[in-house]
Order: sequence, then structure tokens, then C-alpha cells
Amino acid sequence: MTVGPVETHTVSHLHPPGSFALDDHPEPSGREEIWRFTPLRLIQPIFQDQSPAPVELTLAGDQAGWAEPLALGQGVRGQILTPVDRVAALASARVAQASHLVLPAGLKLDQPIRLDLTVAASSGLAANHLVIEAEAGSRATVLLRHGGRGVYLGNVEIRVGPQAELTVVSIQDWDPGASHLGQHEAQVAPGASYRHIAVSLGGDLIRLQNNVSYSGAGGSAELYGVYFCDAGQHIEHRLFVDHNHPKGKSLADYRGALQGRGARSVWVGDVLIRARAQGIETYESNKNLVLSEGCRADSVPNLEIETGDIVGAGHSASTGRFDDEQLFYLRSRGLDPKEARRLVVRGFFAQLIARVGVPDVEQALMAKIDRELAAGSA
Amino acid sequence: MTDQPSGLEITDLHVSVETEQGPKAILKGVDLVLKPGQIHAIMGPNGSGKSTLAYSLAGHPKYKITSGSVRLDGLELTDLSVERRAQAGLFLAMQYPVEVPGVSVSNFLRTARTALSGQAPPLRGWVKQVDQALGRMQLDGEFSGRSVNEGFSGGEKKRHEIVQLDLLNPKYAILDETDSGLDIDALRVVSEGVNRYAAQGDRGVLLITHYTRILRHIKPDFVHVFVDGRIAQEGGPDLAEELEKSGYEKYLRAVTP
Repeated sequence: MTVGPVETHTVSHLHPPGSFALDDHPEPSGREEIWRFTPLRLIQPIFQDQSPAPVELTLAGDQAGWAEPLALGQGVRGQILTPVDRVAALASARVAQASHLVLPAGLKLDQPIRLDLTVAASSGLAANHLVIEAEAGSRATVLLRHGGRGVYLGNVEIRVGPQAELTVVSIQDWDPGASHLGQHEAQVAPGASYRHIAVSLGGDLIRLQNNVSYSGAGGSAELYGVYFCDAGQHIEHRLFVDHNHPKGKSLADYRGALQGRGARSVWVGDVLIRARAQGIETYESNKNLVLSEGCRADSVPNLEIETGDIVGAGHSASTGRFDDEQLFYLRSRGLDPKEARRLVVRGFFAQLIARVGVPDVEQALMAKIDRELAAGSA
Repeated sequence: MTDQPSGLEITDLHVSVETEQGPKAILKGVDLVLKPGQIHAIMGPNGSGKSTLAYSLAGHPKYKITSGSVRLDGLELTDLSVERRAQAGLFLAMQYPVEVPGVSVSNFLRTARTALSGQAPPLRGWVKQVDQALGRMQLDGEFSGRSVNEGFSGGEKKRHEIVQLDLLNPKYAILDETDSGLDIDALRVVSEGVNRYAAQGDRGVLLITHYTRILRHIKPDFVHVFVDGRIAQEGGPDLAEELEKSGYEKYLRAVTP
């Protein structure tokens, strides 16, 4: 047996390097690995009418303010997020001046920073690029609420400084007909804790690419996701955690419910453990709860491991029905089928929604899920 | 003067399940009357249909009642949904309680109580009641925060069923092999729970078991030997002792062609 040369320069099989140039990202034909799950009928309209449509960005409260907007190459912009697909490249190219939120060093906020992104366009393409910098030792939650109608391409570029604790909650609660695509990418510094919580509810198409890498040894990233996929809806979450430094941690836990004909969810969880990333620990999980006939959930965890010198790496994926035995047990305790379903689905999501850490938002999300359920079983 | 409740009356009950070869008869004419204040034990070998009887009474969709009747204090149950039967006062302690991830015991108990009584119990008294019921089953307060049956040991699952019996306090309780998988201490704790429930005097217990050992803790008024989908023999507590000695063999021989 021969042992081949140890690769010193490894390009991930999962993720070719990104590019800012639109030409490097041809319009998807549906055959590309990264686009093969997304229905062309939903992607194509995005590239048809590219006239700019406005995005309304509202920062509520006065805990934090906008810093100087950033052009590509200015400050941190472009250092962390390099577009991995055409929509991210488009969003980047469209936004000359990115909104820029800075959480100064040592700032500790008890209340979340609320940012509402609203699109009300019946035609055209709304694009946005947001840069969030959590400086050393800061602690905050940034709540991004997306809503409205139209087509929205949104990038979020995040730097989590040393010892900072940053939670980014991204809620996708669009009107029917809306599409939301984009790339969120964070770089986590040593000693920092980053949490990203994606909540995807409304709209026809939601497709988020959510990436994390590290700027040094020993950062932690937790990626959570909650989605409720209705008839005809396509919700796709694609994660890429690049363990490019030693001793980092990552945990991903995405849970979704599907209900109604044509409800379709996709979860792709790519984790790359580079040769130098010794002593890291990673786990990723995706669970789907299928509530009716005619739904489809794709769940694709990928671990690419270039060093065995790690604390642990694992993944799990499951797609289950709301099962008859569960239903019988609850009904035998007096609950009617609707109540039983509600209890089970609430239970399924409760632990993740509790991670949001903002009570009024948690309650609103639970209420929203109750409404989704009620609408589906009516 | 109000009438004495007539009890849980099972009359000529026939039940079948769907198999690949077509419907298969499991219960072949069961007759049994459980009066308030009584404890009946149903004993029988594996595969005799004991659990089918329990599930059929509770309304599990897998089991089709093909003929016969089940009346609870005069109310015909066979046409009712699972939850309506529970609301009428029937409770089934399951042999294999089901996991409900993310739903805490306390939330589950409160939801069940609300569904059964039609209104939510006042929060204050209820929390105390739950704590006391858990304490009687030797489960600590932390237990109420755990997800229903998730990661429970076999003994914890059965104790949790008896906690429900205690708090929901149905008119008639069917205990389906509640003793299986219990160690000696858990068996004692669970039996005490059942005895406390029965001691109210106006409740009925249908205790389904494979072994006689639980009958050292819970004294039945009647013992039924269940073989091949029907009751083959009835008697008092002595019958259990006889079974202890001679087993089910002679009853099985009688039905084997």
C-alpha cells in the first residue's frame, strides 16, 4: 500500500472559493450542486426584472446607532463575506454603501437591537448588505425582522470580536409571493460566542446561505433554525461552518415542520474541519416533522474532516411524521386531535425558540406557529 | 335519589385488526362488568388479547370493534372518539407510554386536566397538587420540567402513568401491564398509588397483568383468566393463587385444537 502525499493546500470539496464578480456566478440552470434543490420556477423570476426596488431599513430604539456606511473594501466589508452564489454577488454589487452597525467594545445590552427590513415592491429586485461588528467584549442581540413582499436579496456580514457575545436573530416572515435569498457570514474571534437563529415562516421562497469561520483559535458558534413550511413553499437553509482554526466549537440545530401539498424544505449542513483545526468540536442536527401528505424534506449533512485530532464531530438528521401513537396517547388524555398536534409542534420548537432570549419575540413566534397550524388543519 | 352508576359494562365484544391477510379476529366475545368500587384483574398468557382489550376500550384506531358494546355508566363508548371516551371518565395507563419531546410533564398534565374537566385548574393549587402527586410516586420536583416520557426509565414511565391516574382521577382506570418492567420498590410505590385511587370507593380498576406478583400488593375482587380473545374462567382472589401454582397451561390446552 502506498501513502499519497499529505495535502498541504486543500480546497474544500464542498465549497469552492467565492467571488465578487458576477461573471464567476452564472445564472443557475438548476444543475449546479448548490442550486439543484431549489426549483427553477422560483429562481428564474429573480433574474428577470432586475430594476432596483427600495428596502426600508428601520432601526428601533436608541441603544445603538449606525456607523459610517461601508463601500466594498472599506473597513471590514469584503473581508469576511465573499459571495458564494449569484444572488449574494448581486446583492453585494447592488449595494454601494452597506449599512453598518457597530457595537462598541465592552457595550453590554440587556435589550435587543431591533432592525426591521421591509420590502413593498410589486416588481424589481430589492438588495441589501448589512455589516455588523461586535467589538471586543461586547454583548448584544440583534433582531432582524424581514417582511413585506417582492424579491429580496440580503447579505449580512458579521464580525464577532474577541470575547464578544453576539446573537443575531433573523426572522423571515414574508407575505405570500415573496422571495428572500442571501448570504449571512460571520467570523468569530478567539473567546467569542456567536449565535445565529434563523426563523423562516412566510414567503414563497426562502433560501439562506449561512456561513461561519474563525479568526483564531477557540471561538464558539451556535446556529439554530426554526422553519414552518406551508403548501407550495420552498424553505432552504444552507450552512457552512469552516473550522479553519484550532479549538473552535460549532453546534447547529435546525428544526422544521412541513404542512400542505408541495411544502418543501431543504437543509444542507456542511462542516469542514481543516488540517490545522485540531481540538475542535462540532455537532449538527436537523429534524423535520411532517404534518400532512405531500410534503418533502431534504436533509443533507456533510462533514469533511482533514484532521482526526479533534474533540468530536457528529451529525444527525431525521424526518418523522406526527405519529399515530403520539396522537393516541394525547387523545386518551382528553385532547382533541387539533390540541394534540399543537402541543406536539409547540414542544418540537419550544426549546429552540427559547434560545431567542427575547420574551415578546418568543411569544410572537409561538403565536405565529399556532396560527400556521390552525390554518393548516382548518 | 340518584341511581347508582352502572359501571363499565362490556358486552359480547368482538374486535379485529387489519392484517395483510385481511381482518383477524382478536377478541371473540368478551363479557365483563366492572362496578364502581371494584378491582378486577385480567390475567392471561402472551397473545391472548389482553392489551387489545385495553386499547379497544380506549379507542385505538388500529382495533376495529366489529360487534358488541361498551357502556360507561350507561353511555355507549364504541361510537365515541378517543378523547370523548377519556372525557367520559375512562383512563388507560399504557404499557408503553409514548415520548412527547419538548412538552414538559407539568404542561402535559395541565393540558390533560384542562381537556378533561373543560377548564384550566387554578394555577396555584394545581402546582402544589402536582408536586404532591409526584412526591407520592417518589418523583422529585425536577421531574415536572422534563419532557414527557423522553429519557424516562421504565419505572419512571409507569410512575408517571400513575401520577396521571392520581391527578386526572377518572371514573374507571384500565392498567395495561403497569407492573411489567418494575423492580420491587417501584412495584410497591405504583401499587400504593393504585390502592389510593381505588380507596376512594367509587372508582373502578381493570388491572391487566401477566404475572401474579402485583396481586400481592393490589387485592382484586375478581380475577378473570383471559385466553384466546375471551374470558375462560372467572373467580375470586383464589384464582390468582391457583394460576401462580399451575400457570395458564390447562386453559391453553382447552383452546388448542
